[in-house]
Amino acid sequence: MVESATARSLEFAATRWLRPLPPAARCIFCGDEAAQAALVAALGLPGSAANCRAVSANGRSLLWLGPDERLVLAPADQRQSLSAAIEAATASHAHSLVDVSYRQVALELHGPTAVRLLNAQCPLELTATAFPVGMCTRTIYAKTEIVLWRTALESFHIEVWRSFAPYLVTLLGDVAKESGA
Amino acid sequence: MSECRGKGGVLINRNLVVNFSFDGRSYSGFAGDTLASALLANGVHLLGRSFKYHRPRGLLAAGSEEPNALVTVVRGNEARSVPNLRATQVEIYAGLVAHSQNRWPSLGFDVGAVNDWLSPLFPAGFYYKTFMWPRFAWHRWYEPRIRAAAGLGRAPGGPDPDSYAQCYAHCDVLVVGAGAGGIAAALAAAGSGARVILCDENGALGGSLLDERANSQGGSDAAIWLRTALTQLAALPNLTLLPRTTAFGYFPHNMLGLCERITDHLATPAAGVPRERLWQVRAREVVLATGAIERPLVFPGNDRPGVMLASAARTYLHRYGVRVGSRVVVLAGCDAAYGVALDLHAGGIGIEAIADVRTGAHLVAPAAIAAARAEKIRVVERATVLGTSGRLRVNSVSLGVVAADGSVSNAGTLPCDALLMSGGFTPSVHLHSQSRGQLQWQADAGVFVPAAAAENERSVGAARGLEGLQQALEDGTQAGLTAAKACGLTPHAYSARIAVQEYSTRGAPGALAQPGARTPAKAFVDWQNDVTTRDLQLAMREGFYSIEHIKRYTTTGMATDQGKTSGLNALAIIAGSSARQVPEVGLTTFRMPYTPVSFGILAGYDRGDQFDPVRRTPMHACAENLGAVFEDVGMWKRAWYFPQRGEDMHQAVARECRAVRTGCGMFDASTLGKIEVVGPGAVEFMNRLYVNSWNGLAVGRSRYGVLLRDDGFVYDDGVVARLADERFHVTTTTGGAARVLGMMEDYRQTEWTDLKVWLTSTTEQWAVIAVQGPRAREVIAPLIEGCDLSAAALPHMAVARGTICGAPMLLFRVSFTGELGFEINVPADYGAAIWEAVRAAGQKYDIVPYGTEAMHVLRAEKGYIIVGQETDGTCTPDDVGLSWAIGKSKPDFVGKRSLSRPAMLASGRKQLVGLLTADPHVLLDEGAQVTATAGQVAPMKLIGHVTSSYRSEALGRSIALAMVVDGRARQGQTLYVPMPGGDLPVQVTAPVFYDPQGARLNG
Repeated sequence: MVESATARSLEFAATRWLRPLPPAARCIFCGDEAAQAALVAALGLPGSAANCRAVSANGRSLLWLGPDERLVLAPADQRQSLSAAIEAATASHAHSLVDVSYRQVALELHGPTAVRLLNAQCPLELTATAFPVGMCTRTIYAKTEIVLWRTALESFHIEVWRSFAPYLVTLLGDVAKESGA
Repeated sequence: MSECRGKGGVLINRNLVVNFSFDGRSYSGFAGDTLASALLANGVHLLGRSFKYHRPRGLLAAGSEEPNALVTVVRGNEARSVPNLRATQVEIYAGLVAHSQNRWPSLGFDVGAVNDWLSPLFPAGFYYKTFMWPRFAWHRWYEPRIRAAAGLGRAPGGPDPDSYAQCYAHCDVLVVGAGAGGIAAALAAAGSGARVILCDENGALGGSLLDERANSQGGSDAAIWLRTALTQLAALPNLTLLPRTTAFGYFPHNMLGLCERITDHLATPAAGVPRERLWQVRAREVVLATGAIERPLVFPGNDRPGVMLASAARTYLHRYGVRVGSRVVVLAGCDAAYGVALDLHAGGIGIEAIADVRTGAHLVAPAAIAAARAEKIRVVERATVLGTSGRLRVNSVSLGVVAADGSVSNAGTLPCDALLMSGGFTPSVHLHSQSRGQLQWQADAGVFVPAAAAENERSVGAARGLEGLQQALEDGTQAGLTAAKACGLTPHAYSARIAVQEYSTRGAPGALAQPGARTPAKAFVDWQNDVTTRDLQLAMREGFYSIEHIKRYTTTGMATDQGKTSGLNALAIIAGSSARQVPEVGLTTFRMPYTPVSFGILAGYDRGDQFDPVRRTPMHACAENLGAVFEDVGMWKRAWYFPQRGEDMHQAVARECRAVRTGCGMFDASTLGKIEVVGPGAVEFMNRLYVNSWNGLAVGRSRYGVLLRDDGFVYDDGVVARLADERFHVTTTTGGAARVLGMMEDYRQTEWTDLKVWLTSTTEQWAVIAVQGPRAREVIAPLIEGCDLSAAALPHMAVARGTICGAPMLLFRVSFTGELGFEINVPADYGAAIWEAVRAAGQKYDIVPYGTEAMHVLRAEKGYIIVGQETDGTCTPDDVGLSWAIGKSKPDFVGKRSLSRPAMLASGRKQLVGLLTADPHVLLDEGAQVTATAGQVAPMKLIGHVTSSYRSEALGRSIALAMVVDGRARQGQTLYVPMPGGDLPVQVTAPVFYDPQGARLNG
């Protein structure tokens, strides 16, 4: 028996307004409406996600990314069980389930300056009416793609591909420095 | 302070004296002064030298339209020097250091002024006509000298130490310009509940509201209204006020670019505060309250320091308490000039005369003349200007009188120290025009005004040809309410009223009448580019007809001011000289930026290490610890080679190659693109996309796939594994990952909607460690569980799942080296740990980490191509020896039809071959050309080029791959590679140099 390897996730120092989120189970699920309905049932969520909206329950979240594409987030210890449960529940529907737990990392931007920091390099309108709590979308921050999800009025969950994360974190720091955040 | 500073001045604070320097001399001004007003207050009228003739120039204007007074401001050191700033927009601060430009050795005595004496030799098109011969001399002699002589300002030295910010903003209504119309529009829109951004290019808001004469109580109705309005604006929570912010560009869908200057006016900017901020504003509705710019008059000697726009003199008086002279002659091309003369007169400035240059009886307003005469100001009617005198400042003007028959008689010379002119006002339609809005010629006013809008925008007040403050207020109010309504809001009634004496701003563009048919010299149309009436007429005589051609030939309307003061006069002169109407002559494009913007705000945060994202693999730190040298591949940092103590690159690469061929090497292949293609339609999708057939590929097996564009040329390649019936794991080149996924999505979403298939990028999900070499299996076997590594169970191109050191693993038996090889895929978080585990396990086999350079050598020895190195976007699969990959029985795939075009099948295409130099120590240059015979002289007949060239450790000699015309038929022939030192003979071989049977792969 060989010695077990330990997984090491990317690490970032938290600041007053940016918090690295813990590792998570993630998958991309694609399929038609029937398949999506089966997915929602498998995840134990109260309902399906509307366009550009997320639904959450029991630590699991479903983010609408496209007409047939969803991002599923769950606690890291569900990495194995989650995929198996989804595959089992959606087997009778044409679908695609791909584990992307390690493809990306998550950050939480919070506080009264969050919108200003985001709008420095993200072209979306982020007022509470244009981008209300619960809204999510794939967008850009400067030169990197992100998934942006507003979890509270002053709190945003950001998913970014791991190799772009240092660029994003440094850039947010540069922006914060100049705007006195 | 001199007698030039009078009373009044709404913008200056006389309690705060500010010391600054200009061209090394110290001066003082007041807080609130611009560099222009402060210099004028010190009696300095000479501010620059003109671009071409180096003529002494002063201030023409008081705002951003200033074409002459361009200065360099230096803050601390050369790196913080900013050239070509308009002195009219530079706000002074304690310690400001400014320099004039385009003069040597000094502004007062400038050697370049010899150009002025020689000016008859420098007509329009002078360069094109003169520097024709000899041909080679243009690049070597003429152009460098012309550029050195003609530069406008000097680029800063050293990297810019300042930071620049950027942001996006959204609003209901963006109002550009905070004059009467803009402020009224902002108040009306914001009062209706709209989210409003109001920006103005100046530090002080108010526009022409600041230029009204004070009443006996020391204020003016306009100033009082402005004070109240600014208080109201500041109190509105839904309004963002941006002073010192220029709307420089109008982009599609109501996106406007704003440049906010944050620290340039401060003596000691706080640390860390950005110098400027780029605002990218998306507005639902836009109100353009950009005002109008006064036109100069065109007459001989109209460019001497002291010759100035009339409204500028009024601005200097009312805003800064500065008198532009003590004996002033006013040239009136419109009624507004009378208003200026009366204001100056009331301010204690002597008015020698008003010369009314209008000759059409209907143009003259008797009321204005009467008002002037009531103040005992002499008015010369039907006047023209025959010339001026004064070297560094105007000291007299020679007037003429135009008779009814058009003849001009001399009317004497008047002494003066300032000559003010007003040819009427031109609406600032720049932004409207940038937004693709149409323009309409208003013949009675002699101007273009905005017509149909292409975006949700409207112009108000003077910007659309309306006259007077009251009209601007009403128009602005209406526009603000309309804009709010267009945003779905209920307009909230608002009205504003100011009582002021108004004078018409209508004039007639063109040049003033001159005696006889002579065209005077030095009657300037474009101050910034030294373009005269003569230049325009010469251009027309030489056959230039279109305004676009005349502009380029004479340079009128070019450079930093983009013809703000000159454009309409030039059009009118051209129209008059060619018996056309102005609209027939047409308009040149209004280009952004409205005024120059720094490179800094365009670059923003994209500088230094953050210029682009730098992507690092999960094993990057491991490679760093091993002393790797990295190379950039796209955004990725990849380990290039791993030099050990004392090794150079060649030695390190040779050692790494040797290890892979004789023992074992390990390589970080994580950057390869990976895409999962999943769904019931996956096989069909792959069949339609790649040249290969995928039907026969069993689960657990992989195949080398080739992807073409629809033109039939190789686009990408990579190993594709079938993980399940309906699941493929596709790998792409490192640089091609994003574009291949984009191409796949394009076909999936638009062409093949019948297929139930989905694509997910997994590039970053997996860390990939290639273990290659005869001992590879022995190295990894002890670490792996749940997977039989034997050649029988896991042959070349097989794929299996298992665990490695307990981590989930996807194992590929593949080779890009020609040796027994494995590629271990583990979740990215495990990458570093597994890398270290493999390295530890490999110690007893002397495992060696190798980099991309060794990888390139090893694959070249095997003749494996790299897309983008052997291929250049014009190579078919057959050209690079890959026709074996094509599924011959497939009905279709992307690019198939193109492959049967005659040109693709004809002989004479370049084909992949190997080249061996006659001297095994000689290394060919990649990119070198190939000829069939030796001793050719240029132009040679080139039949190919070298694509890859390496020293092969395994073969003990140099090797090269090349694309050569009909190369496969030339095997065994000797060809030549012409190099500076002579032709290098090379022998054509097959492109596989090492283990051509592939026996080593199957170990």
